[in-house]
Amino acid sequence: MKITTWFKTKISGNNFLLFITIAMFILMYIAGLVIYSDQGFGNMQTLMNMLMDNAGLIIAAAGMTIVIITGGIDISIGSVIGLVCMMLAFMMEKMGMGAGASIAIVLIFGIIFGFVQGWLISYLKIQPFIVTLAGMFFCRGLTAMISVNQIAITTNKVFLGMANKNIKIPFGAIVNKRGIKLYPFIHPSVVIALITLIVVWYILKYTKFGRSVFALGGSEQSALLMGLNVRRTKLFAYVLNGFLAALAGFVFCLNTTSGFVEQARGFEMEAIASAVIGGTLLTGGVGTAIGSFFGVLIKAIIETYIRCNGTLSSWWNKIVLSALLCFFIVLQSVFASMRSKHNS
Amino acid sequence: MENNVVLTMRGIDKIFPGVQALNKVDFTLKKGEVHALMGENGAGKSTLIKVLTGVYQKEGGEIHIEGISHPLTNRSPEEAQKNGISTVYQEINLCPNISVAENIFVARQPRTRIGAVNWKKMNKDAEKALKKVGLDINVTKPLGEYSVAIQQMVAIARAIDVQCKVLILDEPTSSLDDSEVKKLFDVMNNLKASGVAIIFVTHFLEQVYEVCDAITVLRNGEFVGEYRIAELPRVQLVAKMLGHDVDDLSSLRKTSKEKNNIQNKDSILKATQLGKAGSIKPFDIEIKRGEVIGLTGLLGSGRSELARLLFCADKPEQGDIVFKAENLNAHAPIDSIKKGMAFLPEDRKEEGIIADLSVRENLMIALQARTGMFKLLPMSKQNELTEKFIKMLKIKTASPETLIKQLSGGNQQKVILGRWLITNPEFLILDEPTRGIDVGTKTEIQKLIVNLAEEGMTIMFISSEIEEMLRTVNRLCVLCDRQKIGELKNDNLSQHDVMTAIAGGV
Amino acid sequence: MGTNSNNFRGGFKKLTEMRLFLPIVALILVLLVNIIKTPTFFNVSIQNGVLYGYVIDILNRSCELVILAVGMTLVIATGGIDISVGAVSALAAAICIRMLGSSYDAYAVPMGISILIGLIAGMACGAFNGFLVAKMRIQAMVATLILFTAGRGIAQLISAREIGGKMVPGQIIYVRMESFKAFGGFLPNVVVPTPFFIAAAVVIIAYLFLSKTAFGLYIQATGINSKAGRLVGINSTLITFLCYVICGLTAALAGIISSSRIYSSDANNIGLYMELDAILAVALGGNNMSGGKFSLAGSVIGAITIQALTTSLYAMGVTADQLPVYKAIVVILIVSIQSEELKRWLNSRSKKNATIKVAG
Repeated sequence: MKITTWFKTKISGNNFLLFITIAMFILMYIAGLVIYSDQGFGNMQTLMNMLMDNAGLIIAAAGMTIVIITGGIDISIGSVIGLVCMMLAFMMEKMGMGAGASIAIVLIFGIIFGFVQGWLISYLKIQPFIVTLAGMFFCRGLTAMISVNQIAITTNKVFLGMANKNIKIPFGAIVNKRGIKLYPFIHPSVVIALITLIVVWYILKYTKFGRSVFALGGSEQSALLMGLNVRRTKLFAYVLNGFLAALAGFVFCLNTTSGFVEQARGFEMEAIASAVIGGTLLTGGVGTAIGSFFGVLIKAIIETYIRCNGTLSSWWNKIVLSALLCFFIVLQSVFASMRSKHNS
Repeated sequence: MENNVVLTMRGIDKIFPGVQALNKVDFTLKKGEVHALMGENGAGKSTLIKVLTGVYQKEGGEIHIEGISHPLTNRSPEEAQKNGISTVYQEINLCPNISVAENIFVARQPRTRIGAVNWKKMNKDAEKALKKVGLDINVTKPLGEYSVAIQQMVAIARAIDVQCKVLILDEPTSSLDDSEVKKLFDVMNNLKASGVAIIFVTHFLEQVYEVCDAITVLRNGEFVGEYRIAELPRVQLVAKMLGHDVDDLSSLRKTSKEKNNIQNKDSILKATQLGKAGSIKPFDIEIKRGEVIGLTGLLGSGRSELARLLFCADKPEQGDIVFKAENLNAHAPIDSIKKGMAFLPEDRKEEGIIADLSVRENLMIALQARTGMFKLLPMSKQNELTEKFIKMLKIKTASPETLIKQLSGGNQQKVILGRWLITNPEFLILDEPTRGIDVGTKTEIQKLIVNLAEEGMTIMFISSEIEEMLRTVNRLCVLCDRQKIGELKNDNLSQHDVMTAIAGGV
Repeated sequence: MGTNSNNFRGGFKKLTEMRLFLPIVALILVLLVNIIKTPTFFNVSIQNGVLYGYVIDILNRSCELVILAVGMTLVIATGGIDISVGAVSALAAAICIRMLGSSYDAYAVPMGISILIGLIAGMACGAFNGFLVAKMRIQAMVATLILFTAGRGIAQLISAREIGGKMVPGQIIYVRMESFKAFGGFLPNVVVPTPFFIAAAVVIIAYLFLSKTAFGLYIQATGINSKAGRLVGINSTLITFLCYVICGLTAALAGIISSSRIYSSDANNIGLYMELDAILAVALGGNNMSGGKFSLAGSVIGAITIQALTTSLYAMGVTADQLPVYKAIVVILIVSIQSEELKRWLNSRSKKNATIKVAG
């Protein structure tokens, strides 16, 4: 009985969409276990691969969540990630810079870029989609200006070391045909992503800035009248998002170890979809970083399906994800209209 | 600064595009007093308060507050709060998506030693703060899940929880019931005793005489005077608020004999069991041809909601409307318009004017919609009608092509009125047509209503000002708590009769 | 200094406030730069029986953008945006080309029908966007992001070709019949490129529709204040929906012209970066980006300006991949100039000198 009341209080209202997402993830995972059992879907490593493939997305989705909670949006992050990868590859391969310095530079770039976008949005009050649409094309073009050819990172030992280091997980091992016990492993990128996720969760839940983000997403006018510095909060949200996008770019680059113009195209869509699927309301004011993490996992599981099912072409990734985003925003919209009817 | 004075405002000017909202307004507030700020709608009360709290920037004048030697300029509500000014605004300005406790502590959350938001302490403190206003609710739930009255009490709890020198209450009682108002007054008296100065804005005269020590009256953005409560009897207060246009009353009033004739005419509209959940309880109403029917009640009593259902601005969930002896099967306003209805909404800025269109386009748009998209009205006809109505309604505009947003509030309202008159409606609903406009235009609109009715138009008139209603209507419907509770025939009704009716004693 | 300078200032202010001031000045600026760099810029000759020259080239290549700008102008006027137009172009082109087939002898499906179905597909995409925005009330940005991402994927799936007995998606399908090329090239014995006629027809039809019906007024009312619009009897939902459908139609038309130019469907490259160009054209046309008043002429001039800019940048050695950098900067500059906040800030600075008098 106690559990049901707990469940009722937790599931009420805004959490409902998040619960659907978590339930959906579990169902999809079980379905995967049944359908693709012969392809090792049940291995711990499959789950770890999902995290490794999407480490960058976990970070980017967390940043996107913050921006969407303020009631805004940022569609520039895919291009920012592409640019960051290119910058890293160019600095390390063509300029011979160290990994540490290169990473520091791209992170600072992310902060500056976020600041410019945030300033235009919060101080000049230009609609976020126009600013970030321009930002999207700006970064993509800048990437091409650095180099139109692919640059692979092959010489920087420190960077490659970070990229390829296997961190063993001491459980969930499988025994292969030769009788060797194989422990599942992850790359450092996953560690960075998960730490970032926790930090963003903490910022949103336990800092004055984080709570201000929610207040201003609920009602900008009210937040202003309650004495919040709305403009500064918004600006900082975009700065933080810019930083996280750059960080996501770095993590993304750990996976690809190269830079090219078309990299991470459509990544913004994946981040927005993850956030929305994870229960973040596009109207602002509601959302959690953890929810977006589950959104990423759902996207990852779809990818794994498509990969396991060799006959489906890779275009299906984007199509299915778009369809899922569509489904969830329609669900949100229906949900919102139901609630407003119920409340009045 | 004088003894005991906490706050002085001198010569405050505030200009909005086309309107001088405040003109050299003075205001003085003493320690430990409750000071009523009175005036009609549009007198400038809210504007003055928003200047004080930094929402608007003043164009002229000076503000001094105790303890700060230089003139004060609050550039933002944040700054005003830091300077000891705490506010409860007319519309609830809290965030529905975050918890009650968070709303109380936005921007000043209690922290743990490492600087994190201390949720436990915040929730506990929130409960304490709410206890002061006599509220015992679950503070961890989102605010939006509670009723408007509770939200209002939360807003008050938030305002008094902030250490402040000046507390501003801008119409806090409009959504509260008697016992809640009583609680609020207790809280106010306690604060007063502890030396907090309170500015109290309300429409309810009894409340003013119950808790206030002093009154400042504004009219049309100008300072009328400051009085001690004992020096100013109610009648005089009303006279000061209304100014001297009370004389027009006699000229407008028709003889009661004429009014009675209306009852013999046939009905133009009849609604049975019309209602919408959460908006207004099912009601019946019958309106005679050529009648001016008034709707009266407090803010939130369901006046506007009733009118909106008749016009199908909001879609009714139940009931029928018979209009001109046939069923009005309206799904959207356009259906009602085509049958000969017109509706001037309460919120001119949000629902009335189309700001970036010209006066001509704003005038023609309803007729155009009635005619249909593919039958564009010829320019010659548009110009002719525009000129005719600009002249008829005495609209002050540089040219017909001037954007409506550049006109003053009164002239904007005339354009909206003209927009509907051009469609030549048989049944015209006017929801607060005189709110926030100058006295001259007010009288013009009142006269126009009477004249139109004489020419055979049926008019539904909603106003917060009972005086104005009594001047123009044949019959009054009284609403209370989202319910139609009765009707009054306007046979030399007095304001007092109406007041008692509104309070529930029909 | 007396009235003269004031008059001059007043006159200048009036001039700069004219709706078409910005687009025309921008166009002149781009043309000036070009004529200085290339004195033969305005030379037009007839080579191989068709018109030839820089100006013709710019006009010819701007046709898709002009067509697209018409649709985008309407969508932006309702207070929305459509970033899926590039993907919809590619999708419509893919459908059209797939139906035409790549036989040397005949079309698999007659050209008229193929094009019609391509256009209908575009309208369907527009209807999808419109449904999400107008009916479900989802932010236009996010609603159109769905097709922005999925559109090219679907186009790739449609661009399937039989290879080794299996249909393989993601191929470039070539049309081998000559008559299809006329659509994006030249009609026999006509010196003016065909897209020019199509673009002109689109603009004229749009102009007539907007000036002979109340559609334009309804769009503006919807974009400025949809609540008030509804109360005066305008069906804002339907108006918004229609604008997206029209935008989808223009995107499809632009996509089919593009595919005719290269007589193939290239799902990756048809309409690439078109959404930015179209939005830029509307912004450059002096239209308010948050909806309301719009000017079709402004958008058309804006579109031509963008194409002139693109061509000039190409001439300066900027590659197609790098182009977006400059365009993004131009977009931000334009919307910053339009920003009310900036104006207010500038006003509050100049106000210190002037005293305001307002009549009630």
